[in-house]
Amino acid sequence: MLLPEKDGKDTAVVVKQRDAEATLSGPYAAAKLTTAGPQAYRSSEDEVKVLFGAAMAARPERPTEFTLYFIEGKNELTDESKQIVKDVFAEIAKRPVPDVVVIGHTDAVGTHQVNDPLSKQRAEFIRTGLIESGIAPENIIAFGRGKRELFVLTEDGVAHPRNRRVVIFVR
Amino acid sequence: MTRLARGLLYPLIAALAVLVGPSASAAEIGQIKIAKGEVTIERKGETTPAKVGTRLETADVLRTGADGSIGITMADNSLLSAGPNSILSLDKFDYDPTTNQGKFDARLQKGSLAVISGRMAKQSPDAMTVRTPSAILGVRGTEFAVSVND
Repeated sequence: MLLPEKDGKDTAVVVKQRDAEATLSGPYAAAKLTTAGPQAYRSSEDEVKVLFGAAMAARPERPTEFTLYFIEGKNELTDESKQIVKDVFAEIAKRPVPDVVVIGHTDAVGTHQVNDPLSKQRAEFIRTGLIESGIAPENIIAFGRGKRELFVLTEDGVAHPRNRRVVIFVR
Repeated sequence: MTRLARGLLYPLIAALAVLVGPSASAAEIGQIKIAKGEVTIERKGETTPAKVGTRLETADVLRTGADGSIGITMADNSLLSAGPNSILSLDKFDYDPTTNQGKFDARLQKGSLAVISGRMAKQSPDAMTVRTPSAILGVRGTEFAVSVND
């Protein structure tokens, strides 16, 4: 069954049982498997509690996301972003077994061949800084997404400072 | 140190850095964040108690006892948690973090499972499936739960 979405977006699950299929969408959309195939029905908060209360109570905390920006043309964070690094450490301190993911991004200028290594380099720069500040190396990974995930959607080839960034997930 | 020795050593150091760097965690696909009651992990035929902090690998099988539950975070930010008397297999997890492409197949043999899908399912429909003994769930990027009755 589908659980109500935190952000209220439209999503779905397709349930396939042999040749029969049911598409679930919307909060509490659910299907029971029967000999006649999946039977769709609308579940409820109460049923979710009974069936999935224990599973949901064991759900890990969602990753917290932070975004850091660089001073134009420099391998240095903006003053605002330096402050955010403090929040990253505060979040890490809150979690029982924290692990950190650092994802570098570029703007839409240049090819993947140029931007993929550049974004990785940006992420590694931050990873190194976080390790120097006390995060165990085995608990932090870095990679780059190049120009595949623009924060501000632009045409290809357009420079944009908000796209040159590093996103950190603390999990 | 002679210039020649230095020339030989530096590539070696670089190679070592690669070995102990990201590739050291390449086999890891997720981590146990929450473990309550009796929970075990079966890997390559060996079953050990599952502890908070344990790193997960493809083909791991997680089991919870009558008082057990477990919560895991996968590399692509998927969150999976299983209630009591559950068997959850992480059959396949191939993830390219640069493109967010890949495939995640989990299998709930019994018990209950709550899922918040991650970056792979967001990138491409059909990247994630959850199998039960009699059905296949295709995930379109969502929060859902599934249970298997004995």
